[in-house]
Amino acid sequence: MAESLALYVRLVSARVRSQWQYRASFALDILGVFLVTFLDFLAILVIFHNVPQLGGWTVEEVALLYGISGVAFSLTQLAVGQLDLLHQLIRDGNFDLVLIRPRGSLFQVIASDFRPRQVGRVLQAATVLVYALVSVDVAWTAGRVAMVVVAVVGGAAIFAAVWVAAICIVFWTVEGRESVSSVTDAGSFLSQYPIDVYAAWLQRLVTVLVPVAFVAYFPASYILDKPDPLGAPSWVSFASPAVALVAALVAGYVWRFAVRHYRSAGG
Amino acid sequence: MRLDWELAVRGYRRYAAYPAATWAGILTNSVFGFIQAYVLLAMYDGRDDIGGYDAADALTYVWLAQAMLAAVNVFGWSDFAERIRRGDVATDLIRPVHPLRAGLAFDYGRALYHIIFRGLPPMVVGAIVFDLTAPGNPLVWAVFFVSIALAVSVSFAFHFLYNLSAFWLLDYRGVMRIAIAVLAFFSGLYIPVRFFPDWLQTLAYLTPFPSMIQIPIDVFVGYTTGVELVVALATQVGWAALLFTACYAAFLRGTRKLVVQGG
Repeated sequence: MAESLALYVRLVSARVRSQWQYRASFALDILGVFLVTFLDFLAILVIFHNVPQLGGWTVEEVALLYGISGVAFSLTQLAVGQLDLLHQLIRDGNFDLVLIRPRGSLFQVIASDFRPRQVGRVLQAATVLVYALVSVDVAWTAGRVAMVVVAVVGGAAIFAAVWVAAICIVFWTVEGRESVSSVTDAGSFLSQYPIDVYAAWLQRLVTVLVPVAFVAYFPASYILDKPDPLGAPSWVSFASPAVALVAALVAGYVWRFAVRHYRSAGG
Repeated sequence: MRLDWELAVRGYRRYAAYPAATWAGILTNSVFGFIQAYVLLAMYDGRDDIGGYDAADALTYVWLAQAMLAAVNVFGWSDFAERIRRGDVATDLIRPVHPLRAGLAFDYGRALYHIIFRGLPPMVVGAIVFDLTAPGNPLVWAVFFVSIALAVSVSFAFHFLYNLSAFWLLDYRGVMRIAIAVLAFFSGLYIPVRFFPDWLQTLAYLTPFPSMIQIPIDVFVGYTTGVELVVALATQVGWAALLFTACYAAFLRGTRKLVVQGG
């Protein structure tokens, strides 16, 4: 484990060093991503240009959801975004090489590349998060401050687990790749809004099956002292690390199951 | 004309060959449709008009946008930029058809496949779950389909244009990312352009992007009527003409500069 981590750090820093050779391009890339992702948040501001609140939440409160979910999701993209290329590995038969090397297959896929420009997305979401934290009307306690940290870390772990479990579909159908974003990108998009706005079936779905409600919604409800529409007890807000752990175990199981199903492209 | 037809047929078949990809796309479009529909519906809590749309118009907007997304190719492509980068564009230059024309014919075949198989299913899902509106007048349906066809042209020419940046840039992907993010926002994919504050709407209508999603949908939900329909189509034709001219000029300049490593 510690050995793998050290290896990961070496691979990532090599990648960063290589990008750093083209400093101007590297900086512009990060700046571009930083600016462009604000268009995402602008859509939320447009909503609040028309209405004072959405599902009982104000713009600052929705910004808190956006900030937590955005930082968590962009950290996930930074860490495991390489999974997007898994279908290419499988299609070209190169997953064979992954299987004969003496490291975990998931680790190798994740460590195969690193896209530092995604740092721009982390910075953008963090900017919105800071704006939300200073502008929401909250009496800050140790519990609430801790919750912000717990939400971001737990949220990133939940997104990563969902991503790993979902991407496994490409072991069966390489073409099915686009369906992955129906839980990853859609999960991130969905968690930017209070789940009060969704129909009951969708609320249950994102609480139980694809647990993205634990990324931002439950933690933000605790921070803002909001009642829960599903009538969940208040300790649920603290459940995100436990949910992340369970999700990670399930994702690990799905991955191992899927890898056993891998059939090489042959040739 | 025969050649354009044959290319279009190839474009259709190229996408018809991967049904699993179509199913995956339908699933994703429908999931986003549900999320956006509920978010916009929450905006109508306690009011019944936003930017000239009632709740049924807004819901129709969401599902129609998801249904058109694949046909209008909102998220773009880099096939031609890759051909330039790899030097395959040299082959295109010795062909008797301009790549712009061949690409457009192929893209219309693709768009037809996508409008049927990626467009109809999410629309049906949306119509089953939500109260949507549809035009009663057959003429409006006709204008709507013409408007979608024009949207495909505008979109193709816009995507082709940033693909051409590969003639000058070693890494065209940065330009592409920015182009697509700006397109997605100003086309009204995330939120109807009608909901924008006035100054932002003015800015949006100075770009070709509303021609890709907002304009066809306005025709469908009955926001655009009478002589405005002509204005709407003329706007799309104007943007298509402008973008194709820009593509043609840029391609000409690019090929003068092009160096292909041969052997």
